[in-house]
Amino acid sequence: MDGDELTEQETALYDRQIRVWGADAQRRLSKAHILVYGIKGTVAEFCKNIVLAGVGSLTLVDDREVTEEALSANFLIPSDENVYAGKTLAELCCDSLKDFNPMVRVSVEKGDLSSFDVEFFSKFDVVVVCCCSLTTKKLINEKCRKLPKRLAFYTVDCKDSCGEIFVDLQLHRYSKKKLEETVECELKYSSFEEAISVPWRTLPRKASKVYFAMRDLLAFHEELTEIILMLVSVLERFEEVEGRRPGEVSIEDLPGVLKLKKELCEAQSLNESHIPNGLLERLVTNAREFPPVCAIIGGILGQEVIKAISGKGDPLKNFFCFDATDGKGIIEDISSCNTGS
Amino acid sequence: MASENHFSAIKGAKVLMVGAGGIGCELLKTLALSGFQDIHIIDMDTIEVSNLNRQFLFRQSHVGQSKAKVARDAVLKFRPHISITPYHANVKGPDFDVDFFKQFNVVLNGLDNLDARRHVNRLCLAAEVPLVESGTTGFLGQVTVHIKGKTECYECQPKPAPKTYPVCTITSTPSKFVHCIVWAKDLLFAKLFGDKNQENDLNVRSGDAASSSDHVEDVFERKNDEDIEQYGRRIYDHVFGYNIGIALSNEETWKNRNRPKPIYYRDIFDNEPTQQNGNVDRNCATNDPSSVSAMASVGMKNPQDVWSLKENSRIFLEALKLFFMKREKEIGNLTFDKDDQLAVEFVTAAANIRASSFGIALHNLFEAKGIAGNIVHAVATTNAIIAGLIVIEAIKTPLSLEINTNRAKLRDIIEKVVKSKLGMSSPSIMHGTEILYETGDDLDEDLLASYAAKADKVLSELNCPVVGGTMLTVNDLYQELRCNINIKHREEFDEEKEPDGIVLSGWTQAPSSVENNGTKSVDNAGSTSEGSTMEAEKNDEIEIVPGKKRKLSEVSEDVIPSNAEETKGKEKLEVLNGDDDDDLVMLDDGDSGADKKIRYQ
Repeated sequence: MDGDELTEQETALYDRQIRVWGADAQRRLSKAHILVYGIKGTVAEFCKNIVLAGVGSLTLVDDREVTEEALSANFLIPSDENVYAGKTLAELCCDSLKDFNPMVRVSVEKGDLSSFDVEFFSKFDVVVVCCCSLTTKKLINEKCRKLPKRLAFYTVDCKDSCGEIFVDLQLHRYSKKKLEETVECELKYSSFEEAISVPWRTLPRKASKVYFAMRDLLAFHEELTEIILMLVSVLERFEEVEGRRPGEVSIEDLPGVLKLKKELCEAQSLNESHIPNGLLERLVTNAREFPPVCAIIGGILGQEVIKAISGKGDPLKNFFCFDATDGKGIIEDISSCNTGS
Repeated sequence: MASENHFSAIKGAKVLMVGAGGIGCELLKTLALSGFQDIHIIDMDTIEVSNLNRQFLFRQSHVGQSKAKVARDAVLKFRPHISITPYHANVKGPDFDVDFFKQFNVVLNGLDNLDARRHVNRLCLAAEVPLVESGTTGFLGQVTVHIKGKTECYECQPKPAPKTYPVCTITSTPSKFVHCIVWAKDLLFAKLFGDKNQENDLNVRSGDAASSSDHVEDVFERKNDEDIEQYGRRIYDHVFGYNIGIALSNEETWKNRNRPKPIYYRDIFDNEPTQQNGNVDRNCATNDPSSVSAMASVGMKNPQDVWSLKENSRIFLEALKLFFMKREKEIGNLTFDKDDQLAVEFVTAAANIRASSFGIALHNLFEAKGIAGNIVHAVATTNAIIAGLIVIEAIKTPLSLEINTNRAKLRDIIEKVVKSKLGMSSPSIMHGTEILYETGDDLDEDLLASYAAKADKVLSELNCPVVGGTMLTVNDLYQELRCNINIKHREEFDEEKEPDGIVLSGWTQAPSSVENNGTKSVDNAGSTSEGSTMEAEKNDEIEIVPGKKRKLSEVSEDVIPSNAEETKGKEKLEVLNGDDDDDLVMLDDGDSGADKKIRYQ
């Protein structure tokens, strides 16, 4: 392990967190390379968290220019037009992030993520995508899975008071402490495509195994998780069908979204009342991120990535949903049968 | 929740943050992004290097500066038009009295100690301002809401007392490494370098032995002409050899324990006529006493390595020598400080040598420093999540209404506040379970007459008096709206500025929202009307009224069934997902009316 030791500077800077996850996890972090696509408030939070944690490098991809919406939940962009004019979101965020921790290499890659080839992704250990279409998510997840090395893939989205994380670690080996012993574990994940193809009506049954002991709360939890998942699904599909850019829906689209929901529910033989119109309406009319939810989702995603890199502790499998209106965070395992837990 | 009318409602609020550290940095950022425009922040601390891994508003170049001030400047870079007022001061100072606290709609704590938390709690109770309290340790964190008369206060639940150890465990029978640390830090270090007049139990066990107490006093004094190396060896032999020998003579003690082994200088440095002492010159590069290091002068670098007994002995002697050679002026006044490198080295080495005597596993400097300094584990992610939850709670805190309860009538509240300011058309007003007022077509005339009579009564003279500290719940069934109003009694009002004799603060006067195609929004956070602490009641969602009894919302992969029973009065978010790498202690075992916990890895 020569040359692998943490430097004095690292030990001083990371003192408090080494006490949480140990020196070996810190060493692994410092060698990890992260790719992020699509920078909104939640991703800004995530980037801050992993840059502070001390990853090896962070590569940002987002060629969009600054809009009022981009400013609304993103603290990485200085609110000065003289500074941000003519720069892309990725460039601006890169400048701020570099400042947070000089020991992390932060850089910008230009281009559309879906056009990058498989080879491009081989440089990374973790890929996080945000604000992109259902098709792009599937495509990138597939490319990551084609590589011989195991790449951790995450999607993250926040709308209004709701947030969602999807995780694909393929085959993940890790250790965890059980009482005094350290045990080795292994988890197999479904791809994004497999996970979202799981028929909706089968979800409650699967979930009920997890919540065996809690009948009363159970029904409620299941319902809520599904609602968020389905809402996101409905919106994703709407964007796909209509050829919209992600998040580009407004109140005028509500009838269309509701119609699609009806069709989806019929196709999935699911009672329509499972997806309340009111919640859909809320997400359609207000697709903006709510900063406290960005902090929560970005914090949980940051911790998940640190877990995946360090190989320590049970990782999230495979959906996490949060709604600030009731303060609930739910982990739901939605995997296809052949990769079931 | 994040709707436009909510944003504009938040704008009117004035919030006080106490603490600009780990939670504070995250909180200030999230408050600013969420639209708060008037934030006051108190922190007496200055920035240190070990803060930089999570207190992201600070840089290396800020080390030594005021946390509150630097945090303000950093946030103004992305939100230049809001008002942030920093105070580089102790929250316990006289400037921050009840009147100071009264000006805020809500107080948000991001503190690191029990003492200050209790102080802020008491002032919030006195000023009748809602308090959102928080804490994190490693992956654990929690948020609790404390509203006078409505929820438990911060001190209603006993807090775990700091761990203490019996004196004889420390002086004579250590069985854990922490006992050796306490001995090295509180007894040996204090005896050699601290206030000589302080009582010290270091030699308590040798008092009944042959040596007189006069002799004991002499042992730790360096004689006028005594060579520093010789003095070091004498101290070494006394505390690790002689004292253990004395303790061993008390046979009773060792009947059921492993007997310790006395360690003398000659046992360790057997064949070395003079000790290979470190090169003090390596420390000469700087004259800064805080950078003096025994590790550096004996050529050891990695704080993660566990030193051998011999290495520990070398560090011990070197550190002792360096204190006398480089920091002699401080001797007699030193107290242990986790940021004092030489002190940490000395304590680590002394604790390890003692641990060797007693057959206890040795620890490296990094670990020893954590134990000796009571260092709280901290990561950015937990702080960020907790800060998010604090803001969500802060937005939910109730409206407050200042009114003269000895003069104003119930009708004033109905007309001037509920109908005109909150825009309710068919309101009902509750005081606990007592209905003060209601409207509706199906009410019989007697009832209506009694409500009319009540409406003309002075607030404090009602059967169920409305006075300072009362919480009223206002409901409009047609609007599916509900909110709480915190009453504050005030004697005098400015006739020009406050002609109505009322001051309503909180999230008021939000412009009415877009009428959404006639469909009623199910958003329970105010998109249906003006005033946004209100929460619509819906059949498919749990009702959450700030300060009222809440149902459990605890979710995780491994939901803990036992908690299902104790759901009332507690909101708990628990993302329990992994191993407990560390012996983590909940900072506060809050159990109040609105309580959120995150347990996360």
